[in-house]
Amino acid sequence: MERNLTMIALFAALIAALGLIPKFTLGFGVPITAQTLGVMLCGTVLGARRGALAVLLFVALVALGLPLLAGGRGGLGVFASPTVGFLVGFPVAAFVTGWIMGQWRSAPVGLVAGVASVIGGVLVLYVFGIFGMMMTLNKTAPEAALLVTAFIPGDLIKAVLAGFITAGLAKARPASLLSRA
Amino acid sequence: MISLTSPVETRAHGWAAGGKLGALCGATVVLFAVDAPVAHLAFLAGTLALYALPGGAFLRAGLGRLWLLWPFVGLIVLWHVFTADLAAGLVIAMRMLTAVGLANLVTMTTRLTDMMAVVRWLLTPLRRFGVNTRAVELAMAMVIRFTPVLGQKGHLLALAWRARARRRLSWRIVTPFAVLAIDDAEHLAEALRARGGI
Repeated sequence: MERNLTMIALFAALIAALGLIPKFTLGFGVPITAQTLGVMLCGTVLGARRGALAVLLFVALVALGLPLLAGGRGGLGVFASPTVGFLVGFPVAAFVTGWIMGQWRSAPVGLVAGVASVIGGVLVLYVFGIFGMMMTLNKTAPEAALLVTAFIPGDLIKAVLAGFITAGLAKARPASLLSRA
Repeated sequence: MISLTSPVETRAHGWAAGGKLGALCGATVVLFAVDAPVAHLAFLAGTLALYALPGGAFLRAGLGRLWLLWPFVGLIVLWHVFTADLAAGLVIAMRMLTAVGLANLVTMTTRLTDMMAVVRWLLTPLRRFGVNTRAVELAMAMVIRFTPVLGQKGHLLALAWRARARRRLSWRIVTPFAVLAIDDAEHLAEALRARGGI
């Protein structure tokens, strides 16, 4: 119980802290923020239930008024802005990612984590994100999808990185990979 | 950690957080139910007037936070110029600005402790289903405590990277960063158990 609680809390803090460290660049010089990477890692490392709870905790603290989102954003305003769908979809994305990790045990950890992150952290998340844009900007689904397509390649790269990072964590701290416990 | 509550004391700081949140919900429902451009102009003007009431510093801080929305406002207005339906575009943009503005206003005038009290109240019914609400509150406190700690550790990792490598910071830093978080979580769990658990 204590371990579950501290892992959930520390991974919620990790998502926030990934927004605090300096932006890092990919091989070809594209700067990316790592917070969605944190959401994917919650699923791949903590599993479906704990991962979703960690992300939910993070989102709840943003709602309470803590500036935990990248760039120091937070508060209730972000839940009325066009990106609300992504925020609401975060816990579901982590859940789906973790669920796939828990179900598909025959393949190597890194591969499963990468595929799970693409499905949970990109596919599922964008369904929520596009729905949020439809609601706030009064657009149809294809129009809203058009607005977010520019961000999909970056998030696909993050999903692949989540696979590599999870494989690294499985080697460094095998006992802590709760999604495969 | 610094919260987004405004340091400028307003009269609304003393109002009940639950009431403010209820009013915000009601206002947002009205905003999405009304479609008349004149009404939205009035709502937006009213919201800006609310920001102006506590003085210049509060107004500037509030407008600074709304400024983050300019890409969306620009995009929507441009979009509707092209579809020759500018009135609808302006309604969408004004509705967005008012909704976010009012929500930010509640955040700016409500202390974290008051918000936590509302959360505690909302969680109370869950106790009947066996949910340990104290654990939820402890988890929230831990996130608030450990975010700056992890942020500091991440910063040190980035410095160490720069000291050794000529290339710019890459994604590879996330693995040791997550290991640090996992180790902290394990130590913390052990410390909690040693003190009698939760």
